[in-house]
Amino acid sequence: MTTTDTGRSAPRPETGHPAPATGSAPDTGLSAPLKKKERSVRRIAVSQTLSRWDVKVSPYLYISPFFILFAITGLFPLLYTAWVSVHEWNLIGGQGDFVGFDNFAFVLSNPPFWIALRNTFSIFLISAVPQIALALFIAAVLDRNIRAKTFWRMGVLLPYVVAPVAVTLIFSNMFGDQYGLINNLLGQIGIAPVGWHSDVLASHFAIATMVNFRWTGYTALILLAAMQAIPRDYYEAAMIDGAGMVRQFFSITIPQLRPTLIFVIVTSTIGGLQIFDEPRLYDQTGQGGASSQWMTITIYLYNLGWGQLNFGRAAAVAWLLFLIIIIVGLLNVAITRSIAKAS
Amino acid sequence: MNLSRRSTAAAALAGAAAFALIASGCSSSTETPEAGGDITLTVATFNDFGYTDEMFAQYEAENPGVTIVHNRAATSNDARDNFFTKLGAGSGLADVEAVEVDWFAEMMQYSDRLADLSDPELADRWVQWKTDAATDADGRLVAYGTDIGPEAVCYRSDLFAAAGLPTDRDEVAALLEGDWDRYFEVGEEYVAASGAAWFDSAGATYQGMINQVEFAYEEADGTVIATENPEVEAIYTDVLNASSTLSAHLGQWSDDWFAGLANGAFATMLCPGWMLGVISGNAPDVTGWDVANVFPGGGGNWGGSYLTVPAQGANIEAATKLAAWLTAPEQQMTAFAAAGTFPSQVEAYESAELQAATNEYFNNAPVGQILIDRSNAIGVAPFKSVKYFPINDALQRALTRVDVDASMSIEESWEQFVADVNAL
Repeated sequence: MTTTDTGRSAPRPETGHPAPATGSAPDTGLSAPLKKKERSVRRIAVSQTLSRWDVKVSPYLYISPFFILFAITGLFPLLYTAWVSVHEWNLIGGQGDFVGFDNFAFVLSNPPFWIALRNTFSIFLISAVPQIALALFIAAVLDRNIRAKTFWRMGVLLPYVVAPVAVTLIFSNMFGDQYGLINNLLGQIGIAPVGWHSDVLASHFAIATMVNFRWTGYTALILLAAMQAIPRDYYEAAMIDGAGMVRQFFSITIPQLRPTLIFVIVTSTIGGLQIFDEPRLYDQTGQGGASSQWMTITIYLYNLGWGQLNFGRAAAVAWLLFLIIIIVGLLNVAITRSIAKAS
Repeated sequence: MNLSRRSTAAAALAGAAAFALIASGCSSSTETPEAGGDITLTVATFNDFGYTDEMFAQYEAENPGVTIVHNRAATSNDARDNFFTKLGAGSGLADVEAVEVDWFAEMMQYSDRLADLSDPELADRWVQWKTDAATDADGRLVAYGTDIGPEAVCYRSDLFAAAGLPTDRDEVAALLEGDWDRYFEVGEEYVAASGAAWFDSAGATYQGMINQVEFAYEEADGTVIATENPEVEAIYTDVLNASSTLSAHLGQWSDDWFAGLANGAFATMLCPGWMLGVISGNAPDVTGWDVANVFPGGGGNWGGSYLTVPAQGANIEAATKLAAWLTAPEQQMTAFAAAGTFPSQVEAYESAELQAATNEYFNNAPVGQILIDRSNAIGVAPFKSVKYFPINDALQRALTRVDVDASMSIEESWEQFVADVNAL
């Protein structure tokens, strides 16, 4: 609107004369008072414009740093990876020929990708499900009136502070097949040694243990924070109605935690599907086992990109992983929504 | 040097650095020359090259204004990942980068990204085959040799005695003299007498055998023959058949393997020069380890490294000077004393110091003379081209599936290997 205001009155004296610059006196004499007038009018218009813009644009400006940063560190790599994935691309040689979807076809038609997918989901399920269940339990216990609250709460978070590399080094040593601590202990009670580095499920279990060791406390604290926000009146009312602890937990705590649970489940899904440190450091070669027992998708990606120097295929795997995470994320939301509606 | 994942932290660092590089496009560890002409040179090695802090301090004292930062990766694999990532990115490499012979051919494809180190004065410093391998098609010498890995046999004399085998290193050498079948035969005797294992793993033993084959995985023109070469399949089958009774089933460089070095899980292992340092470093309390002047099937070389100066560096001239100094016979002798990295420098073989070198840990064995003899026994320089590293990696996994994991039969695992190679 302001633009039309200025458009109506301002242009005439300035642009109406095609050649005012030659210094003809009447011209300037004529336009000077006109300009003065215009300027005062326009000053109001400009400030109005600015304040309108302020209302409309400022909110976007204030949050723009995030989006600019996201565009640089998130969107650009995403699109660039897509660009790489449709080319032959060597880590050192760089860009080669355009090959369309050949890289995707190669990845999808070879067994390692599917084995990696199986491993990733297996490790994710073995880690995420018990982890959230255990975290719920721990949070519920910490939510009670116990002595030395802060001590216990900090204690739960302690494993999270330990560097994942250190955790993995210690655990993979404990899970040694022949001389590991755990197999030794199992031997003491008469159980045959478990092939932690040779058996598929055993290796997944070992890796899931490391993940749970690190993340359970963290998840528990998030859930605890949410639990403390639940109005205590609910519990009092339930108690008066004669509900026991277990009933209170399932009928009040869990439903009230739903938004937090969704958050925890979504973040642990994203993290779980991208698991890298633990399987990479689980044995001495870091390639996910001789028969790919614990080769996750990210390890497969790494082997392709940095082992075989084939960035095109690695980028294709990266995009497939991205799509899988989106699909699983949407599934998560759909399932939790339908549960929310049902109850 | 093909080495262990002792501190896997470095692996994670390398991985993280790789990702950081992809994300940021570039980063640099090379400092540009400062005002006073002071420069910092970074040297990147892996495992243990035997480069001591004293050596670097000496160089810094002799060359005022130069500060040296030494970074060590845990394994050759980690160093390789890091090297290729940053070579591709065009920045981030150290001023002097160590490379291992197994992925050397892969690197030589990009020799134009390395500085030309040719120097008439140094032309005859190394054994000829070492220099030849580092000279590219344009005649540029792009790497200075550090060590080579002439192989001997290490054995536990205490376990030999318990099993009724000779313990003196000359008698052991005479006992094992012959081909691989002879080595396995004595192994059967030992296993029958002791009930323990003869060697550490099929993978390590295979490594010794395949390094005696001139064209194992590739023809001279680069054609991949790994899956059809009857020689490779025969060695693969032989070593696995022997392993069923003789192997301790310990994946080389695994935590179990390191424990086995110390607890007597196996009585012998193949010992390139640099392996001596690995054994004494990881089983410091064991007194029985000794080394015999013998190697099944003649001689063999396992590993050995080079120093390169990436062309992306800011101080190429100063870095070249440092690389030349580090690979001079005197410095290599110091490194040999520290880590057992056997010199590739011809002059060093003449030195009385090397000839007289003994190793206290290995029962005062004359390791200098033994390794000189083993070096002279090397008959074949295996041809390693572009695909050597990934193929050998796939074959090692095939051996592990059978020997360590026991998850596949010999035939199944071979088929998997063929599939893996075809997918490269």
